[in-house]
Amino acid sequence: MKLGDTLLFASGSLRGARSRTLLMMLAMSIGVAAVVVLTSLGEGARRYVVGQFSSLGSNLVIVLPGRSETAGINPGMLLGKTARDLVLDDAQALLRSPAIRRIAPLTVGAAQASHGGLNREVVVMGTTANMLLIRHMDMGQGQFLPQLDPRSASPVCVLGATIKRELFGSQQAVGAWLRLGDRRFRVIGVLAEQGESMGMNTDDLVIIPVASAHMLFNSQALFRILIEAKSRDMIEPARRDAEQIIKQQHSGELDVTVITQDAVLATFDRVLRALTLAVGGIAAISLSVAGVLIMNVMLIAVAQRTREIGLLKALGAPPAEIRRMFFAEAVLLSAVGSIAGLVLGEIGSMVIGQIYPKLPVGAPWWAVLAAFGTALITGILFSVWPARRAARLDPVAALARR
Amino acid sequence: MIEFSDVSRIFTVGDQQVAALRNINLELVAGEYVSIMGPSGSGKSTLLNLMGLLDRPTSGIYRLDGQDVTTLDDTQQALVRRDKIGFVFQFFHLVPRLSAAMNIELPMILAGVPVEERRERVVQLLQSYGLTDRADHRPEQLSGGQRQRVAIARATIMRPLVLLADEPTGNLDQATGKEVMSLLEHLMEQGVTLIMVTHDPGLGARASRQLHMVDGQIVSDSRARG
Repeated sequence: MKLGDTLLFASGSLRGARSRTLLMMLAMSIGVAAVVVLTSLGEGARRYVVGQFSSLGSNLVIVLPGRSETAGINPGMLLGKTARDLVLDDAQALLRSPAIRRIAPLTVGAAQASHGGLNREVVVMGTTANMLLIRHMDMGQGQFLPQLDPRSASPVCVLGATIKRELFGSQQAVGAWLRLGDRRFRVIGVLAEQGESMGMNTDDLVIIPVASAHMLFNSQALFRILIEAKSRDMIEPARRDAEQIIKQQHSGELDVTVITQDAVLATFDRVLRALTLAVGGIAAISLSVAGVLIMNVMLIAVAQRTREIGLLKALGAPPAEIRRMFFAEAVLLSAVGSIAGLVLGEIGSMVIGQIYPKLPVGAPWWAVLAAFGTALITGILFSVWPARRAARLDPVAALARR
Repeated sequence: MIEFSDVSRIFTVGDQQVAALRNINLELVAGEYVSIMGPSGSGKSTLLNLMGLLDRPTSGIYRLDGQDVTTLDDTQQALVRRDKIGFVFQFFHLVPRLSAAMNIELPMILAGVPVEERRERVVQLLQSYGLTDRADHRPEQLSGGQRQRVAIARATIMRPLVLLADEPTGNLDQATGKEVMSLLEHLMEQGVTLIMVTHDPGLGARASRQLHMVDGQIVSDSRARG
C-alpha cells in the first residue's frame, strides 16, 4: 500500500467516527496548548526579570559594605571590630583597575523635602555624574549632576518624576530651589519617568552629589559602589580587581561583598528556567493523559472494526500493513490535534500578553517543539498496542461475526 | 491447482479436541466449478477458509498453483491471498464508510497499484457489473444484490485464479440470488476456478463437481453433468 493511500484511508476512517475523532483531537490540543501557554508564561517571567536586570545597567559589578561569611570565623569579630565603612577613597581607588570603565558611589538616606508650602519625605541618593551612564537613566528636563570632583559638594539636585509632580505640580521645577533637611538645593534636572526597576523606583528619588549627601546625613559611609566593567568579558576581572583594591584599602581585610549583575542574573535565570520546565512538565502530564485516551479510542476502533480488519486481511493486507494503517490514524490524530493545540496555545499566549502587556510572553521554540514532539510520540506509542492487536486478529473469527 | 494431501484441522475447545477436517485429500483442476455441500458443522467452511489461507491446517500439505503454501509466514500468505484468491462472503463484508467504487478498488489500493491503472479497472468493472450509476453510493444505499455485485467486483479486480464463495446467495432473495449466480458462473468463462460453499442442493447441483461433506470428511465427490 502506498503511503498516500495509507494516509487517505486513515483519514477516511477518522472522518467515519467524527465525534470520537473531534474529542480526541480536543484532548490532544488541550494538552499541547497547556504546554505552550505555561511555558510561554514561565519564559515571559524569565525574560521580564532578565530585562529588569539589564535595565539596571550593563556589565554591572556592585560593591556592598560588610561580608557575610558562611564558614569560619572572621578574626575581626574576635577583636570586636565591625566592618569598615566603604568610603569615597575606596571608590576612587577602584579606578586603578584596567577592567573598570567607570564607577559611581552611592549613598542613600531619607530627608524631608519641601518647596513652597509642600513637603514630603523623600529618598535622597547621593552619587556622581557617572550614575546616569551606569544606570542608563534618561533625563526628562534639564541636566544630570555635573561632572566634578566627587569630594566637592555642590547644592544642586535632580528630581524623580513623581517628586517633581508632587512638589511642583505643573510649575517649572528646573531652576527652582528645593529644601532638603536643613540645606537648599537648586533643581537642575528632572528624570524621565521610568517606573520601577528591581525594587528601586527612580521616580521617587532626589539625586544630589555624593559629597553633599555626606554633609546632609553627616556620614562618610557609602551604601554601594556601582562599577561598570569595560566589557562583558571584563566583568570577572573587574570583580577580582575590586576585591583586591578594597582589600588593600582596608589594610588587608576583605570586608566587602562584590557581586556581579551577571551572577545574580544567572541565578534568576536558572531558577525561572527550572520553574518553566516544571510547569511545562506538569502540562506534559496532560499530554500523556491524552495519549492514554488515544490508546483507549484506538482499542475501541479495533474492536468496532473487527470485521473491516478481517476483510482487509482476507483481501491480502499483511499484518505489517494493518499495523501501519492504525499507526497512520494515530499519527494523523495526534498531528492534527497538536497543530490545533499550537494554534490554541499561541492564541492563549497572545491573550495573556494583552492582559499583562509588561510580560513578554511567547513560548520558547524548544517548548513548542517539545510539545509537538511529545504529542506525536505519545500518540504513536499509545497506538502500538491497539495496532498490534488489530494485526493479530484472526480473520476467520473476525469475518464470522455479522 | 488446489491440492490437499492428508490435511486435518483440529480445534481445541476447552480441553476437548474437535476435528473439523480429517485427512482430506483433494485435487481441484484450474477452471473447475466446485460446490461444497453438507450439514452445519460438517467442516465445509473450514475447508474453504483453509483454501483461502485464512486458516492453517493442523497437519498435512496444501499446494496452491504448484506452491506449498502451508510453510509460508503470515505476510507471504497475505500476498498469495492478494494475488491469487478472491473472496465472496454471505454478508458481503463491504466497508460501510467507503463508496461502492472505493470498495471495489480496495484490493488494488492494498496492492499499491498506481492510481490511473486502478481507476481504469474500477470503471471497467462498474460497467460490466451494471453499477456505474451506483459508483458513489455507500453500501447502505445499495440493495442486497447490488452489494453482492460490488463484493464480486472487488473479489475479481485482482484477477485471481480462485474465487471462493461462502453462501454467496444466502442473504439474497431467489431472483437476486439467481442473478448473482449467473454472474459468478459467467466468470468461469474467464478461466476462474470457482469454489462455492452452500446449503442449497439446487444451487450446489449447478456446479460441475460436487463435494459432500459429513463430519469433517468428504463423503462423495461427484461430477454431475460432465
